[in-house]
Amino acid sequence: MDGVSVNFTVNGREVTATVDPRTLLVHFLREHLKLTGTHIGCDTSQCGACTVHLDGKPAKSCALLAVQLEGAEVTTIEGIAGPDGMHPMQAAFKEHHGLQCGFCTPGMVMMGIDIANRHEAPDEATIRSELEGNLCRCTGYHNIVASIAAGASASRRREASG
Amino acid sequence: MSDRGHIPESRQREKPRADLQWIGKSMKRVEDPRLLVGKGIYADDINVPEMAHAAVLRSPHAHARIVSIDASKAEALPGVLCVMTGADAAEVCDPLPTWASPPVLQAVIAHDRVRHVGEAVVAVAAEDRYIAEDACDLIEVEYEPLPPVVDPEEALTSTGDAVLHPERGDTNIGLERTLTFGPVEEDFAAADLVIERRFRWPRSGGQPLETVGAVASFDEGAGRFTIQCNTSMYNYCGWMIASTLRVAPHKLNIVPTLAGGSFGSKMFVHKVPVMAAVLARAVGRPVKFMEDRIDNTTSCDNHASDRVYYAKLALKQDGTLLSLKTRIIDDYGAYLQFGVGQHGNALSQCVGPYRINSVEVDLAAVLTNKCQQGAYRGFGSEVANFVIERLVDAAADELGVDRIALRRQNFIQPDQFPYLIPTGNMYDSGNYQAVLEETLKLADVEGWRAKQAEGRKEGRYIGIGVASCQERSVFSATEFWMWNLEPGVEWTSSPDGVSVKIDPTGKAFVTLHSPFWGNSPETVAAQVLAEQLTIDPSDIEITYSDTDQGLNSTGPGGSRFTVMVTGAIVGAAGKIREKLLRIAAHLMEADVRDLTLEDGAVQVKGVPDMKMSIAELADKAHYYRLSMPEDLDLTSGLDATYVYDHPVTTLPDPDERHMGIFYPIMGHSCHIPVVEVDIETGQVHFLHYAAVHDCGTMVNPMTLEGHIRGGTVNGIGTALFEEFSYDEAGQLTTALWTDYLIPTIKESPADIVVGHVETPSPFTEYGVKGGGEGGRMGGPPAIAAAIEDALKPLGVTIDSLPLPPSKLRALIREAQARSA
Ligand code: FES
Ligand code: FES
Repeated sequence: MDGVSVNFTVNGREVTATVDPRTLLVHFLREHLKLTGTHIGCDTSQCGACTVHLDGKPAKSCALLAVQLEGAEVTTIEGIAGPDGMHPMQAAFKEHHGLQCGFCTPGMVMMGIDIANRHEAPDEATIRSELEGNLCRCTGYHNIVASIAAGASASRRREASG
Repeated sequence: MSDRGHIPESRQREKPRADLQWIGKSMKRVEDPRLLVGKGIYADDINVPEMAHAAVLRSPHAHARIVSIDASKAEALPGVLCVMTGADAAEVCDPLPTWASPPVLQAVIAHDRVRHVGEAVVAVAAEDRYIAEDACDLIEVEYEPLPPVVDPEEALTSTGDAVLHPERGDTNIGLERTLTFGPVEEDFAAADLVIERRFRWPRSGGQPLETVGAVASFDEGAGRFTIQCNTSMYNYCGWMIASTLRVAPHKLNIVPTLAGGSFGSKMFVHKVPVMAAVLARAVGRPVKFMEDRIDNTTSCDNHASDRVYYAKLALKQDGTLLSLKTRIIDDYGAYLQFGVGQHGNALSQCVGPYRINSVEVDLAAVLTNKCQQGAYRGFGSEVANFVIERLVDAAADELGVDRIALRRQNFIQPDQFPYLIPTGNMYDSGNYQAVLEETLKLADVEGWRAKQAEGRKEGRYIGIGVASCQERSVFSATEFWMWNLEPGVEWTSSPDGVSVKIDPTGKAFVTLHSPFWGNSPETVAAQVLAEQLTIDPSDIEITYSDTDQGLNSTGPGGSRFTVMVTGAIVGAAGKIREKLLRIAAHLMEADVRDLTLEDGAVQVKGVPDMKMSIAELADKAHYYRLSMPEDLDLTSGLDATYVYDHPVTTLPDPDERHMGIFYPIMGHSCHIPVVEVDIETGQVHFLHYAAVHDCGTMVNPMTLEGHIRGGTVNGIGTALFEEFSYDEAGQLTTALWTDYLIPTIKESPADIVVGHVETPSPFTEYGVKGGGEGGRMGGPPAIAAAIEDALKPLGVTIDSLPLPPSKLRALIREAQARSA
């Protein structure tokens, strides 16, 4: 393998590595950086368990090559908690029982944060239409929608007060 | 003793009560924080030093002889550590564990012959997964195709080259038997009416978001394997994997990881850990094998029931149900690991919530060139629910009576419990009428009937379905007796254990001996122990044992965990409480009978300032032996283990008149979906969905509702979309999630209105019943009924699932052609 060098930021930390050019971002995060909170659920970009933020937008990390990320900023589930604990979106998932096995959860939380970023006060229909690329086999989605709605308003409150 | 057996005395110690502190509360989950911050350790998250990675080359053929394998190019690839064929594997390990008798032998890597698409042919261990997969691409295998067997009814008559396991005889019938319970012939002779239908239940599967994986290492010095794996039942029958690996059982330690969902499909994981272990021993380094999705869909050994039913329901003109007769052909795929366990399971509740006097089941389990069956939420009993509910609907239509009224008329009545059904299983308690009434209320059936009538005038097809379903929980090992023709497994124990310790500062530690597989084991254990010891759940820490430390524990599956761990904790906490009271009695110079445990302290009744906290007593118990009475059993410390046996089970009848009590903790549900069918596109929209479940005393309504909603959406998948579909050549045409359609948020109802009725079990601690599978048990028959009701003006009958738009369109077209 001829390695290709790549440079980007993950959770605010600068990362420089030489990688096999075919390395998927999700494998780079999980295998090289040991950030195993980002999960793999399918082979076909169906499930969204691997969702991270790339330059502030959600992206399925199983559908990107690590070498495409030169200069980019990546945030994973490990990078969203603040100094005083969980991100409001994470806390909302706990409060509203938005997870059972937890395997889809990192992707759902990352999607939830993005929905909250883009919509003032996302209603149920908005959240439902935004989540069509994320599968959950456990919850039937009901509590995920409730969690994201609550997490979005808690995030706004935090911004307003902070 | 009647033909249906006898009912033992209850061993319940804790009665259901209204004044419970923690049981019955929607406590937030103990499991969540680490899962939410991305720090839960699932199988694929394990990294150990020197770890190599495995990939598997799989069969492209449904049925073929392996003529030759040339792996030389793969072996030469840099980074490849080991290439293992089936022949190589057969030299170092035995066939995989099986309960079928006579066995149907399955090798971890196919040897000589492949029996389904996706069966492992060669395994590779390499420095990383990319190299391992590259190596698989370089392996050349020559096959000699054999005739594929795909259709279950054709499999009944296969001979010659089409036989999958010729060593078992010239047939693809794995097991065949007829079981008769009660006077079936007399009841049919007395019937005024016999409803006859052919049903088709589709092959689906649990398909949790996480696949199966294991990391195995072999300590050559100790001759010992350690396998970390997302399996259940490791403390019950994990030792069977040691036999496969040809080591003594104490030379294998299985360490559970978190499981990212199971729904049954990780009940007893066997092939993946064995694969990782044989490779680890061969390369002298730890090996991780993590299925990718296509590994899982094609070869997980956990496809679910795939049945053809020829069903007959006998009844009187007045609507009294009499007898049920079914001829079942079940397509088990290429192997038969659990025998016909899925049918024993179905017999626990095959008469539904109704008084039906007799039952006959004539079963043929056929072997075909497909991935083998395993477990999926219901384990076959959900199919029985579909069959009985469809028959009752058909009977009502035939008699010209209301479908709901016919149900009411035939319900087992609240004062008839505990009730033995013809197969010998017991229904412990229930109030089916109350569940139905509550659901009718939540569903506003009257209101929807009016909207349906309005809609029909506008050419809209709205339908309402009602299903009243049993939700059996807590299997007993005696269920296994029915898995085989002749003595297979005759175990009678299926317990669950727990270890509890209070440390010197008063904090509590619970060790569970079964894994997290997507449910809420830590939350349940914390709630029950907090209740028992009157402490705060935040003072309790929960961990999981491996097999080295493990107590006999069957683990989750068959909706048994909550009932069983509650029983185990009541047992262990009882021992601890007794010791606390004895120590306190001694130290406070009081009579034990005058003491109570409340608010985390032992208190002399009626003397408020005479009390000692659990922390004070724990300190004394650990460090002050010389302040204690001499009693030999007052050893220093505060700990207890307890293995809780199944709360109520009996032996099967030796003459097979009944199967004994084997699945008695009987929940119940009523589902009422309201759907609209677009007859132009065949699409189904949910306008409303109400589900009421009775799972006895609820430990945590929040998590129970989560199970109900999630399970119902699984049921929607089964009813409308999901099918492992094999073409005539035996190719799995739905191997990826692009084609195997698990419900997305778009296909899931915006709201499933959930209600509860609580009829406590008289046999379990606090009256708890299991509720892990009920959603998928109630959804499919209710949805089928709703769609049939919507399409009533066209005269469409629903007797086969799933009903994707293409299939519904075909049914609509046929109906329109008939009426034209
Ligand atoms: S793993 Fe990326 S979408 Fe499924
Ligand atoms: S919580 Fe299990 S897949 Fe969503």
